[in-house]
Amino acid sequence: MKVVKLFVVFLATLAMTTAAMAGTLDEVKKRGMIKVGVNGSVFGFGMPDDKGVWKGLDVDTGRAVSAAVFGDPDKVEFIALTGVQRLPALQSGEIDVLCRNTTQTLTRETKAGLNFAQPNYYDGQGFLVPKKLGVKSAKELDGATVCVLPGTTTEMNAADYFRANNMKWKPVVIENTAELNNAFFAGRCDCLTSDASQLAANRSVAPNPADYELLPEIISKEPLAPVVRHGDDQWYDIVNWTVMALIQAEEFGITSKNVDQMLKSNNPGIKRFLGVTPGMGTQLGLSDKWAYNIVKMVGNYGEIFEKNIGPKTPLALERGLNALWTEGGLMYAAPVR
Amino acid sequence: MAIIAIDKEKIARIKPPVIKTGVIGWLKENLFNGVINSLLTIIIFLFMVKFVPPFIKWAFVDSVWFSTSQVCKECEGACWSAITKNFRFMIFGIYPYELHWRPFVSMLSLFTLLYFTYYRKYWSKTLLYAWLAGLVAMAVLMKGGIFGLTPVPTEMWGGLPLTLLLSIFGLTAAYPLGVILALGRDSKLPGIRYMCVTYIELIRGVPLISLLFMASIIFPLFLPEGVTINKILRAQAAIIFFTAAYIAEVVRGGLQGMNKGQYEAADALGLNYYQTMRLIILPQALKIVIPPTVSVLVSAFKDTSLVVIISLYDLLFAAKTVIQKPQWNGFSTEVYIFVAILYFLGCFSMSNFSRKLEEELDTDKRS
Repeated sequence: MKVVKLFVVFLATLAMTTAAMAGTLDEVKKRGMIKVGVNGSVFGFGMPDDKGVWKGLDVDTGRAVSAAVFGDPDKVEFIALTGVQRLPALQSGEIDVLCRNTTQTLTRETKAGLNFAQPNYYDGQGFLVPKKLGVKSAKELDGATVCVLPGTTTEMNAADYFRANNMKWKPVVIENTAELNNAFFAGRCDCLTSDASQLAANRSVAPNPADYELLPEIISKEPLAPVVRHGDDQWYDIVNWTVMALIQAEEFGITSKNVDQMLKSNNPGIKRFLGVTPGMGTQLGLSDKWAYNIVKMVGNYGEIFEKNIGPKTPLALERGLNALWTEGGLMYAAPVR
Repeated sequence: MAIIAIDKEKIARIKPPVIKTGVIGWLKENLFNGVINSLLTIIIFLFMVKFVPPFIKWAFVDSVWFSTSQVCKECEGACWSAITKNFRFMIFGIYPYELHWRPFVSMLSLFTLLYFTYYRKYWSKTLLYAWLAGLVAMAVLMKGGIFGLTPVPTEMWGGLPLTLLLSIFGLTAAYPLGVILALGRDSKLPGIRYMCVTYIELIRGVPLISLLFMASIIFPLFLPEGVTINKILRAQAAIIFFTAAYIAEVVRGGLQGMNKGQYEAADALGLNYYQTMRLIILPQALKIVIPPTVSVLVSAFKDTSLVVIISLYDLLFAAKTVIQKPQWNGFSTEVYIFVAILYFLGCFSMSNFSRKLEEELDTDKRS
C-alpha cells in the first residue's frame, strides 16, 4: 500500500505540469456528457445493478452534477476506476469529476493537484462485534483478536488505536474481503474492523445480521468527497455547490416530490435557491433552474441516502454523522445567496 | 462334411475366455494390471466415492435454479440462481439493458463466422470478405450512432462481448506482428535486428499486468492536454504488444528449425528474400509451430481477464461485481464455476481447432 501511495504521489507530481486544464464546463457542454469516475464494486456507493444501470450515493452525486449542468440527470458517462487508477484518471483529464468514496487529505489536495468539494459522506473506521460477545464499547476490546484487511490504512489505524489506549490486540490478517467475512462469521476473531459503511455491508451478508452490531467508537476520519482538478475554479464551484444544493434542499424540506409546490413558497431563501428569484445559477455559469433540476431529477441528500444506503437497503446505515447539522450530524451547507 | 460345417459354426459361436474380454477382461487390462496400477485405481475410486456424490448432491439435487437470493441463503445446495438472475449482466456487463440485442446479434454473427472458419473447406476469398463485412457490422451494432441506432460509448461495453473483442482482435493483430518481429530478429540488418530484439526482450521481461497499468495509468499522463485515448483501446494495445512478443519467439523457434537446405534451394531458384519467406520458409515454419502458437494464444485469451485490474467490465469483472452485491455475496463458487465453463469452452475449441488444422496440414504424413 505504501509503495502504491508513493507511486501515486510520483504520478501526481508528474501530472502537476499538465493538470491545469481550464474550461471544463465548456468542454463538458461541447461533449454533451460529463465523465464521472466511480467505484464500480462498492454496493450502495457505486455499482451497476443487475440491469447494468449505475446505482449508488456517489453515482447520484454525479447525476446531480449532470442535472445542474444539462437539466438532465443522464448526460453522464460513468467510468469504473480502481483505487490506483482514480487520481491519474482525473489528473490526465480522462474524467471530469471523481465521485469514488475518496477521502479528502492534505497530500491529495496539494501534491496531487486536486480539489475536494463538500463531502457527500462522512465515513470512519469502526468495529463490528457479535452481540453475544457482550461488548458495548471498543475500549473493552483489550486482548481481542481482530479480523482486518492487510496493507490498508485500516490496519494502521487499528494499531494506533489499540496502542493509544494501552490495549493488546491480535490481528488476524486475511487478504480477501469474502474470506475475511467468513472467518469473522465463523468466530475466528472477536471483532472485525473496517470503514463503518463497509462494516454495514459485511454485516448484511452475515447468516443472521441481527446477531452483530457496530460499536459506537469511530477511530478515524474519512470525509469522502467528489474531487476535481486544480486550476478550474468554475468547475470546482459547480461540483461543490451541487453537493451543497443536495444538503440545502433537505434542510429546506424540498424533495423531488414537493419541489413544484415549493416554487410557490414565500421563503426568500427557497425562492433564491429554486431560481424563482433569479441570479444564483447564472453566477455558476448555469441556468437559474440548476438547483430545481437537481432536486426534481435526483432528489435531496436525504432522499439519495435513503434510496442507496439507508435503513431500508441491505446496507441499513443510520444517518449518524451524515445527518443534517440541525439533527446532530455534520451535513451543513453554506447559504445560497 | 455336414459334421465339419456344424463344428465350424460352433467354433465361431464360442467366445474367448471371459477373463480376457468383456467387462472383467477390460478391468483387468486397464485398471488392475500390476500392483501400482491396482493401488492407484483403488485410491482414485475411493476419492471419487468421497467427493463425487456430495458434489452431485450439491450441484444438482439440493440446488436451486430460479429462486430469490433469500431462498438461496436457506438452501443447502448450489445457488445457480446467482447466475440465472444475473445472467444478462454477466454476459453483457453495463451495456444498456434494452439494447442487449445488439451485442447479442454481434456475438451470433461472430460465432457464425468462427464456425465457418473452423472448417477449412469453407476457406475462400468470400469468407475473408464476410469477415471484413462482419467486423464492420459488429462495430456499428455495438457502437451505434448511425442508421438510427442509439450511440453506446465504449465505456459501457462489457461482459462476454468485451472479452471476445479483446481476444479476437488481440490475437489476430498480434499474430502477424509477431511473425514480422521474428523475421526482424533474424534479419541481417543490424538496425532492424536490434530494434526487434530490444522490443521482444523488453516486453517479455515485464508481466502483462504492468503493461496494462502503464497503458491505463502512466500513458494518459504523457498525452497532450485534453487528449485522451479510450480505455479499451489502450488495454487492447497492451494485449496485442504483449502477445506479439511471445508469438515472435515461438515463430523464431520455427525459423531456426528449418533445414539450411531450404534456404539454399530457394537461393538456387533465384528467389529474393520476400519470395523465399513467403513461398518456402514461412509456410513450413509456421506449420511446425502450430502447437506452441496455440498455447500462446490460449493463454492470451485467458490473460484478457487481467483487464479486471483496470476496471473494464469483462466477463470476469462483471461476475465479480455480481458477488459483491449484498444479496449474492457468498455464492462465489457458483459464479466462478460458470465463468470457468465459459473460459473452458473458448480454450477447448481453440485447441481443438489447432489439432484439426495440424492434421489437415500434415502434408508429409508424419503421424
